[in-house]
Amino acid sequence: MAAATHDTHGHHDAHGHHDHGHHEESFVSKYIFSEDHKMIGKQFLITAVFMGIVAMLLSILFRIQLAWPGESSDFLSFFLGETWAPGGVLKEDMYLGLVTIHGTIMVFFLLTGGLSGTFSNILIPLQLGARDMASGFLNMLSFWFFCLSSLIMFVSLFIETGPAMAGWTVYPPLSALPQSISGNGLGMTLWLFSMAIFIAGSLIGSLNYIVTVLNLRTTGMTMTRMPLTIWAFFVTAILGVLSFPVLLSAALLLIMDRLAGTSFYLSDIIVGGEMLTNHGGSPILFQHLFWFLGHPEVYIVLLPALGLSSEIIATNARKPIFGYRAMIGSILAIGFLSFIVWGHHMFITGMNPFLGSVFVFTTLLIAIPSAVKVFNYITTLWKGALVLTPAMLFAIGLVSTFITGGVTGIILADSALDIAIHDTYFVVAHFHIVMGMSAVFGMFGGVYHWFPKMYGRMMNTRLGYAHFWITIVGAYGVFFPMHFVGLAGAPRRYYDYSVYNEFDTNSYDMIMDLNVIVTAFAIFAALGQLLFLFNFFYSIYRGPKAPQNPWNSNTLEWTTPVEHIHGNWPGEIPTVHRWPYDYSKPGAERDFIPQDVPLAEGEEEH
Amino acid sequence: MMGGKLITLIVIVLGVIAIAQLVRVYELTSKLRNRGEHEITDRDNNLNGKMMFGFMFAMYAFFLYLCMEFGWTGRGEAASNIGKETDWLLDLNFIIIIIVFFLTNTLLFFFTYRYVRKPGVKALYFPHNNKLEMIWTIVPACVLAVIIILGLKKWNEATGDASKEAIRVELFSKQFDWTARYSGKDNRLGRFDYKLTTDNNELALMTAATIDSAIAAMEFGPSGIKTLEAKLNDPKIMMIPEDREKMETDLSRKQRMIRLLYQMRERHDSKIDAMAWDDIIQKDTLYLCANKEYEFTFRAKDVIHSAFFPHFRAQMNTVPGMVTRFKFTPDITTKDMRERMNNPKFNYILMCNKICGGAHYKMKMIVVVLDEPQYKAWMSGKKTFKDGYMAAMAAPAAPADGSDSTAVTEDSLSLTMN
Repeated sequence: MAAATHDTHGHHDAHGHHDHGHHEESFVSKYIFSEDHKMIGKQFLITAVFMGIVAMLLSILFRIQLAWPGESSDFLSFFLGETWAPGGVLKEDMYLGLVTIHGTIMVFFLLTGGLSGTFSNILIPLQLGARDMASGFLNMLSFWFFCLSSLIMFVSLFIETGPAMAGWTVYPPLSALPQSISGNGLGMTLWLFSMAIFIAGSLIGSLNYIVTVLNLRTTGMTMTRMPLTIWAFFVTAILGVLSFPVLLSAALLLIMDRLAGTSFYLSDIIVGGEMLTNHGGSPILFQHLFWFLGHPEVYIVLLPALGLSSEIIATNARKPIFGYRAMIGSILAIGFLSFIVWGHHMFITGMNPFLGSVFVFTTLLIAIPSAVKVFNYITTLWKGALVLTPAMLFAIGLVSTFITGGVTGIILADSALDIAIHDTYFVVAHFHIVMGMSAVFGMFGGVYHWFPKMYGRMMNTRLGYAHFWITIVGAYGVFFPMHFVGLAGAPRRYYDYSVYNEFDTNSYDMIMDLNVIVTAFAIFAALGQLLFLFNFFYSIYRGPKAPQNPWNSNTLEWTTPVEHIHGNWPGEIPTVHRWPYDYSKPGAERDFIPQDVPLAEGEEEH
Repeated sequence: MMGGKLITLIVIVLGVIAIAQLVRVYELTSKLRNRGEHEITDRDNNLNGKMMFGFMFAMYAFFLYLCMEFGWTGRGEAASNIGKETDWLLDLNFIIIIIVFFLTNTLLFFFTYRYVRKPGVKALYFPHNNKLEMIWTIVPACVLAVIIILGLKKWNEATGDASKEAIRVELFSKQFDWTARYSGKDNRLGRFDYKLTTDNNELALMTAATIDSAIAAMEFGPSGIKTLEAKLNDPKIMMIPEDREKMETDLSRKQRMIRLLYQMRERHDSKIDAMAWDDIIQKDTLYLCANKEYEFTFRAKDVIHSAFFPHFRAQMNTVPGMVTRFKFTPDITTKDMRERMNNPKFNYILMCNKICGGAHYKMKMIVVVLDEPQYKAWMSGKKTFKDGYMAAMAAPAAPADGSDSTAVTEDSLSLTMN
């Protein structure tokens, strides 16, 4: 294995030099159709930032409706116009459209494409000591599939009949019957095609990541010397390769039901006065296929964030990550378990209750590796010498939201308790805080930490602090009260709660009070993101020049020159002699020892 | 209006410029002090450490405020046997997770505050410790074992078979309302098949008579096969190609359907008709009898809906093409619950809790729990499916509605209750 690895590198070396000698890169090959992993990573990031802004704006639009239902709003009429917000009041159908596209973009485009796409691309070759990804061309293709699918999803917001309106889970028959709601015509078709393309891109990317991690590690970089970021990206990519094809098959069958008259998901339906002949299909089949991806997807979103935060916390605590092998073990355990828990989304769909019991058991098991991770993070902080950079604050914030959102998962995983809170706002609060907030915090942490590597400049620290404080206050301000909306029994995906007026006015008042609090914090948090956007784009062009290793970090990416070059290292690829977490090692001169420093005489590996 | 927008725009532009200038000033001062952006000063470090600790208290205070102000649950006491059991378990689980929440968050934020870098203090090199790691693997595993065992016990109780005596009621869902069907005197729900849906038989119940009339409607009805054929073959009618194509598709679909209906008629055993004839169809309000076990079966006509009874802590999806079920025993009458909730207008509710279209949020049915004498009195005034169906067949001009016309209204009910 070692010999083989070395050979590949030799080949790459020659290849890299060959490139340098012979042609200068044009604008198009450098910035647009680039095959360089660093540029592709940045392309993913910018696309994801754009999609993230769109999805956040959508959430503010429907939050305004939830807090002040039926009241005219200039903001709504400005963005949605007379078609979808006549007189500044949101239309029922468009409410569902906004919710659907918000969810889709956030889960797939920001937190899958954006998070794992950006950081896997930038960090895998740099932290492993590789010249580039295994296949630069496939890597480029993966981005352009992602970009095309983002574009289709974005365009679907502007068509006359509106975007897909069946919720981000697009359960048929609702999503299969264009008669059932206006957005389920062309909007749903675009949604399905966009997702199919997205999945193709994601698969190509993931295969590339896996091959690179397995084959292109530099000399000395054994699997157990890889930084936890790489372990997280690696397992994420495996999850993606195993689960995304299942979503593709679910989407293809749905496309067939819609366009070719098949009955995979349809049986005995009368819609809009029309008696359909479809018989024998099962809507539950779709849910099984969807959640077979859907649950690993949660970890596809979360693991990269946990990997990034492991690295950020160890570096800035100036301490080795506590329990490195246990951390790897828990990543693997979470990855494995994530494939056998999907049924917990379906306890009350009419699935056999015995099957439900099995899923209760497997789901609650996942709490164990998650708890191990949390305690390991906390122990890493214990007796550290913490440097609270904005990235470090976001990483610690991630641990906090991971705990706060994680514990409510124990309630939802318990099928007997899920009966009463399934599909209420309690669920919405739970997954937003554990998956949404944690992943977003991980992503922000990653951007602040690796910005010097990506753009060769520093982001502004003060703005970073302000951004962090607004974001964490906003996150808890939005999602704490939301749990109580759910405990009051309020169903999700309701355009308004006027129905409560007919049976329980006290609950109505409570829900409305909470909804106003939630929306106020949401607007506050959204405005705070403007600081980030300003800081991000300003620093790309005007930020102070970054030193080579600003955070005194051990991993290999900080041994590359600040100016990006194709092939990453100007000379030979560094050789690795130790694990990446030799921080504050007794007997060492400085409080960090980079991975390419040979063991001193008499020094023991950790 | 335009002026307002212009001013907003100007304010935004000025704001961005102001931030840019502040950033410039800050950068220049950093440069003067010869400090890189990556070097975090002890002052910043300590300040953020303190703020993290302060944030923790603010977060706890906010959480406690929400608990006190908005209560444990806004749904009041559980009004069913299953609900009482699961609520007990929910409280237990909440106690466990709130302890974990406080414990771990406190450690996290306290360590962040306590171990901020101090000049001359080096971090402890502490890469692993098997004993500690064993502890926090085994302790959560034990707690989870308890949670799993208790949870599965309740789940099995909640989803087990209903007793023989349980009253069978079907809830039929469509965009965007609910219809209930009581099983009548024999406590058996009549069979159904969606192909039998007609104006007089919205729930598609299966009897020899309803099969015949479904065939008649499909063959000779206003948009039946004969009419469609006549229109398509009439050389005098001009149609645009799209309309003609649509009509042809419709016709071929109906021709396939009618063959299935004829098969159904051949196989039909009219002995089972009685099961359907004595069923009682009820719209708008669902009446239940306190302390009687109910087994609900659920059907959906068009898309997936979910029958959500928040106060009974009961929920089950309704799925087109299949029958789902859920059982519970309501044990507090509406009258008692109004007293306990201290709200004379309170009602139980059945809501739709699975996205089903634009008016999803309006899809509901009021639920009223009566004591046994009231329930019996209400039930005795109800007409069976047969009565309603025959009456409608006799007078086809009358508004087609399979349900009764003497439904007890909300007002008259509150009179009987008081």
